[in-house]
Amino acid sequence: MSEEEHNIVTLSVKNLHKSFGPVEVLHGLDITLRGGEVHAILGENGAGKSTLVKILSGFEPLSSGELLLAKGGGEAELLTEWDNETAERDGVVLIHQEFNLAEQLTVAENIFLGNEIKGRLFLNKKAMRRKAQGYLDILRSEIDPDAAVDRLAVSAKQMVEVAKAQAKNARVLILDEPTAVLTQQESQILFELIERFRQDGVAIVFISHKLEEIEQIADMITILRDGEMVGSYPASELSKDDMARLMVGRELSSLFPQMPALPNEAEVVLKVSDLLLPGNSKSSSFELRKGEVLGFSGLVGSGRTALMETVLGLRKAAKANRGTIEVRGERANFKQLSSARDMGIAYLTKDRKGSGLLLEKGLSFNFSLFSLHKISRLLIDTRSEAIAFEKAIETFDIRMKDKSIVAGNLSGGNQQKLLLAKILEAQPSIIIIDEPTRGIDIGTKSQIYHFIAQLIASGHSLILISSDITEIIGLSHRVAVMYHGELSGVLEGDELDEHEIMRYATGLKSKSQNNKLQQNESETSGISNAQA
Amino acid sequence: MPKLDLKTAGPFIALVAIFIIGVLVNDAFLSSGNLSNILARSSFIGIVAIGATFVITAGGIDLSVGSMAAFISGCMILLMNALMDSIDSMVVIIILAVIASLGIGAVAGLINGLLTTKAKIEAFIVTLGTMGIYRSLVTYMADGGTLSLNFTIGDIYSEVYYGVFLGLPYPVWVFIAVAVIGYVLLNMTAFGRHCFAVGSNESVARFSAIHVDRVKTATYMLQGVCVAIATIIYVPRLGSASGQTGILWELEAIAAVIIGGTVLKGGYGRIGGTVVGALILTLIGNILNLTDAVSNYLNGAVQGIIVIVAVYLQRGAWRRD
Repeated sequence: MSEEEHNIVTLSVKNLHKSFGPVEVLHGLDITLRGGEVHAILGENGAGKSTLVKILSGFEPLSSGELLLAKGGGEAELLTEWDNETAERDGVVLIHQEFNLAEQLTVAENIFLGNEIKGRLFLNKKAMRRKAQGYLDILRSEIDPDAAVDRLAVSAKQMVEVAKAQAKNARVLILDEPTAVLTQQESQILFELIERFRQDGVAIVFISHKLEEIEQIADMITILRDGEMVGSYPASELSKDDMARLMVGRELSSLFPQMPALPNEAEVVLKVSDLLLPGNSKSSSFELRKGEVLGFSGLVGSGRTALMETVLGLRKAAKANRGTIEVRGERANFKQLSSARDMGIAYLTKDRKGSGLLLEKGLSFNFSLFSLHKISRLLIDTRSEAIAFEKAIETFDIRMKDKSIVAGNLSGGNQQKLLLAKILEAQPSIIIIDEPTRGIDIGTKSQIYHFIAQLIASGHSLILISSDITEIIGLSHRVAVMYHGELSGVLEGDELDEHEIMRYATGLKSKSQNNKLQQNESETSGISNAQA
Repeated sequence: MPKLDLKTAGPFIALVAIFIIGVLVNDAFLSSGNLSNILARSSFIGIVAIGATFVITAGGIDLSVGSMAAFISGCMILLMNALMDSIDSMVVIIILAVIASLGIGAVAGLINGLLTTKAKIEAFIVTLGTMGIYRSLVTYMADGGTLSLNFTIGDIYSEVYYGVFLGLPYPVWVFIAVAVIGYVLLNMTAFGRHCFAVGSNESVARFSAIHVDRVKTATYMLQGVCVAIATIIYVPRLGSASGQTGILWELEAIAAVIIGGTVLKGGYGRIGGTVVGALILTLIGNILNLTDAVSNYLNGAVQGIIVIVAVYLQRGAWRRD
């Protein structure tokens, strides 16, 4: 057996069961991961993907079943002692969804963290820098090995994680939703990299909700549903529709619900004029009408979240810069979110874990936090709180193992539904939602779209910030596009087209707020006049 | 059957165990005089610790409570002595001093709160600073010596510490009242929920329309008022104040809070646990006084061990979840 062959491993699980306390979450999985194969694991939020990869990489013990590792052409060996340390020694490396980097250390220090190159007495920093640079070069990354990790963008942090896996000589590389935080371009670089690992005989486990990506890179696809194996299939046998159907367990008739049409003369419920974001020279103005979904599109960092958070008083803006805000014709200047809430506005943050839910608190505690004022006089009326919570579980179809768990133990999709229930419990009439379906499986996505349609049908008005253009087009009546901290245009009717939106989002086109031309494109001027 | 939760029941089990040790060590332990003495003594730290439970639950820390108590004691004594000339009724003088005490406590807490929230300085540093300031102010006011309360007032005021109602000294009743109010406030009101939320994750609290700065400042003011209440029942005990008054109260209060199961990094607090924690600390001191087996000088060491063991057990209980 040549060394080359010896380097190829096969990791498999047989009849794997996993329970947390009395609750079983994985019910007998049989999966084989072969060197030189990209194996995609597919399933809705809560299907058990994350638990599975934690077991594979030794972060969680299994409850029953077998883990087997075969090196080269050799006999499969039963792994009895399997923890993170032994897993990494055998080359099984997990790249977490939330990265596992020491933020204060440099890139090079992180790459060799726990794996340092030592001289006789001290660390050999020079060698580590040089080797780190080598790994980064392979990734064609321009990251400086001496840069502090907390200064890096998310995508760069991911590169560091991949470089770290190289340093550990990964033979089984597990990537848990690696592209959720990457731009399309960065994702492509990652895929090239995965291809190189694959040719090198590494077994790759790839988790993603993006079916196109899976179609692009996977050799094998294993589908999980509610902790059960649906099956393992060669990727060539499945179409995207098959994947979605097997994952959800039913036909997805339509992802987007029929949206009620916007009445012609709908009153303006929210009017923002001349709001100027810090560091920008041009102000933004927009109007939201009753019963409307106003989409906010734009590239990541184009200022959509900043704009909304400034309107709502969550970010400080000099008074002059905030322009004027009118809610149903009434002037408002929100300094605290509570004043916006009291005027019937609710905001769903895109940072579900950092700003949305208290992960170590209970579900009902989280649920009522935004609307406590409604159920407390001197004391909190815990009975009506419990009733409202029960109702919300039903309305929003929040699924959990047990009502006493903390919010952090809910799956991502159910966390999002809980967050939605939380802000809607304050009974707002204007709802601003920011990236409501990021990192969420297709079934839950569709549910959230239907909630939005119901809200609109019952006379609510909604601003939808999303980086998913299909979602924006599928749900919005009109779409506001931001570019570099300012509103480059509000599109409607025939203009609601993916390419047209991208033109505004990338600054190729722009409509002037004051009916003046900002960019010298002749067609823009026509639209601009029509808009006025 | 509800399973036994070590996190909740732990401090109480420890209290019972220490109590049994007390019974075994010395017959005098169970005398009503000794028991009511233990309760009265734990009132001071207990009341301060209830305030500290709010501060810590909301993610803060207040190191200034001991010197704040000394400062308020000094102010009360100076005020009462000064009012002797102009007001005849001793009771009126005492009531005025009590009101002043509560006011100073609230303002001192407000200062701590504003410095942490508006000036955005870490609570540890702010209260380390105010701790030094109050301690030095009281030493200055006493000119390096001791401030003594006028004997005529002292005689009347001493009733507040030594008086007994239904078999229990007044300080114990005050302790019970503060504990009950604290329990209701922390566990049954929106303010209490807000404390948990702010201590758990400030950003989530802000995005849940909670006035984070206001909640944090309110906890420091509550702490100040609790210190004032403790001082009001403490002054008549000795009738004096000096640079040595209330020394290390902050550490004992924090110890009581932690023994009781409140999490030091915030987000989770238990008033009942704090009361038990304060009782445990006083019991240890008392038992060491009643036995020759361990020197009384080791009181601090035993308390320290208890704190460490308590936290260790709580962490262990969490891991297993």
